[in-house]
Amino acid sequence: MTTQTTSKAAAAIDRARDAGRAALIGYLPAGFPDVQTTIDAALAMANNGVDLIEIGIPYSDPVMDGQVIQDATVQALKNGFTVERIFDIVEGITSQTDAAVLVMTYWNPVMQLGVREFARRLHEAGGAGLITPDLIPDEAGAWIAASDEFGLDRIFLVAPSTSPERMERTVKASRGFVYAVSIMGITGARTAVSSAARAVVDAAHGAGAERACVGLGVSTAAQVKEIAAYADGVIVGTALVAALRDGGVEALSELTKDLSSGTGKS
Amino acid sequence: MTDSPQAANASTGVTTDTADAFLDPTASLRHAPGPYFGEYGGRWMPESLIAALDELTDTFDKAKADPEFTAQVAELNRTYAGRPSLLTEAKRFAEYAGGVRIFLKREDLNHTGSHKINNVLGQALLAKRMGKTRVIAETGAGQHGVASATAAALMGLECVVYMGAEDCRRQALNVARMELLGATVIPVTSGSQTLKDAINEALRDWVANVDTTHYLLGTAAGAHPFPSMVRFFHEVIGEEAREQMLAETGKLPDAVCACIGGGSNAIGMFHGFLDDPGVALYGFEAGGEGVETGRHAATITLGRPGVLHGARSYLMQDDDGQTIESHSISAGLDYPGVGPEHAYLADIGRVSYEPITDAEAMDAFRVLCRSEGIIPAIETAHALAGAIKVGQRLAAEGGDPSEKIVLINLSGRGDKDVATAAEYFDLLPDDSAEAEIGKDGEQL
Ligand SMILES: Cc1ncc(COP(=O)(O)O)c(C=O)c1O
Repeated sequence: MTTQTTSKAAAAIDRARDAGRAALIGYLPAGFPDVQTTIDAALAMANNGVDLIEIGIPYSDPVMDGQVIQDATVQALKNGFTVERIFDIVEGITSQTDAAVLVMTYWNPVMQLGVREFARRLHEAGGAGLITPDLIPDEAGAWIAASDEFGLDRIFLVAPSTSPERMERTVKASRGFVYAVSIMGITGARTAVSSAARAVVDAAHGAGAERACVGLGVSTAAQVKEIAAYADGVIVGTALVAALRDGGVEALSELTKDLSSGTGKS
Repeated sequence: MTDSPQAANASTGVTTDTADAFLDPTASLRHAPGPYFGEYGGRWMPESLIAALDELTDTFDKAKADPEFTAQVAELNRTYAGRPSLLTEAKRFAEYAGGVRIFLKREDLNHTGSHKINNVLGQALLAKRMGKTRVIAETGAGQHGVASATAAALMGLECVVYMGAEDCRRQALNVARMELLGATVIPVTSGSQTLKDAINEALRDWVANVDTTHYLLGTAAGAHPFPSMVRFFHEVIGEEAREQMLAETGKLPDAVCACIGGGSNAIGMFHGFLDDPGVALYGFEAGGEGVETGRHAATITLGRPGVLHGARSYLMQDDDGQTIESHSISAGLDYPGVGPEHAYLADIGRVSYEPITDAEAMDAFRVLCRSEGIIPAIETAHALAGAIKVGQRLAAEGGDPSEKIVLINLSGRGDKDVATAAEYFDLLPDDSAEAEIGKDGEQL
């Protein structure tokens, strides 16, 4: 992993590490239910213990997402979300908080705007970089060039099925952290954290990753605590989306506070 | 073009054989191995699935070179699928096509009624080689689902078919057919509830069950190795047809026509003629209610390059890159993407792709029924309508039209489409049970 001082995601994780804990990374889909709520909700997460904010671009064919996130993104698109608005959201958040803001996106919307243009505007909006669930380093030449040019983080995924050879390549291609998929599956809350998660994190560290964060299926403070013991960060999505859906920003704040109580490394 | 995968290739050192073919006009277009076809193809897929795609690529590469495997495929084709399929000259149909000679490659006579069986038998054998016990498939109208359920029954594999809830309702009898064959059909209620969403759902299943499960994709699209692998299992269409044409007429056809959904029947047929510059190749896409209406599935004609379901190819999408829903009277062509090899063949001009409207297809459907006693699939009717145009153009060039030859891939039979056609041509008495069902768009 290239360690550049410009990596906002790395800096956020390191701040948490210096405080003796794992970073908490919270996901919300953009425009659910509208743009202003996304900004308010992201700020609420930041004020209640989230170190990195991950904003997803709603997409018509989200193959890595389970029902809760699918429903939220369908709603966002119905409510008129367009890709352009992602930059307003990122700027709206970064202008009001120090938390790093990453955009999670399937690749086609980026390709259609133009990879370099997307990178330029994300940088301009103060974004940290991209998490790319359906872009592997093998296909990422244009993104690697653009993210280098604008100093953006490249968060690729690694999975329990990732071979040692690919682990090495993916860790090398990443900047900020590598996203360790905890389980062979899609997003959605699960009652137990798979034992595979630890093996993926160990493999990533072994391949030279300075920061590996675990996502998929994490929904409780107890699970956060379990993962914080060995990973550099914990990513929560579905549970936060459900909280926002059912109880608005207030419920989201409550859950965030609760989750952040599990990040201690002790 | 900063977002071209060729830039990606350059930086990651992946070589593109077909890109070389692009530069060298004399290079063979046959047997393009993937992952790239020019700037199309690749693997735009979650990392979780890459190991499975690698395993499949490796298994397929070894199997292709293993005489035992190719003999197994050939044996199944001969004793189960009913190959070689016939070549039929359509003399009365030819009168509608400017009087040129018309030949039909009879994939409709295969077991399960279409070309789809070629691919499922091959992939089910590969699944067994990989030690997988379960196959999953997507289906639109149900043809590929039925074929997958058939191959799974034959080889003792568990089979789960994902089908859009809307399609399940319209194709209730094909759902029953799959269930009779022992498959489980899961209605997909996400997104637009059609074929593209069935593929999304199958991919979600695959990510979670990849250890035991092979994804038996039904067309020459998706991530590498699917486009070149599905083509490989359909190449038999073009190989047989080329030989049969030479045997029947002593020469190669002037033109070859096929319909394009994801592109599997077409690429299998075209492959036999790709290196014959004298043979014009035509792919006919679903023009739906007319390309100007926006309600169509003419992906190459009107789409732009993008990534969907693992490959870079032409795609029906809005300015934001969100996939647009396609429309066609034919469920098998109702897909907003297309296989990457077709995108490449379109760009280099080797194949011409044209839209055929629902109305043109249904006219040709009726013509074939009445002139030849063959009820084609509505998908196939798009190739027939296109061939009528191509025949008329060839005849208009002058000379004796009966010296000109057009070969059509008759990809499937129309038994599954009888209710749609009866409804379309208003053949059902108002008080019949079928008309009652037909009102809701059900098919028999
Ligand atoms: C008879 C028939 N022809 C053509 C198609 C279109 O698929 P492809 O373009 O992959 O051949 C289908 C798909 O269901 C079909 O059933």
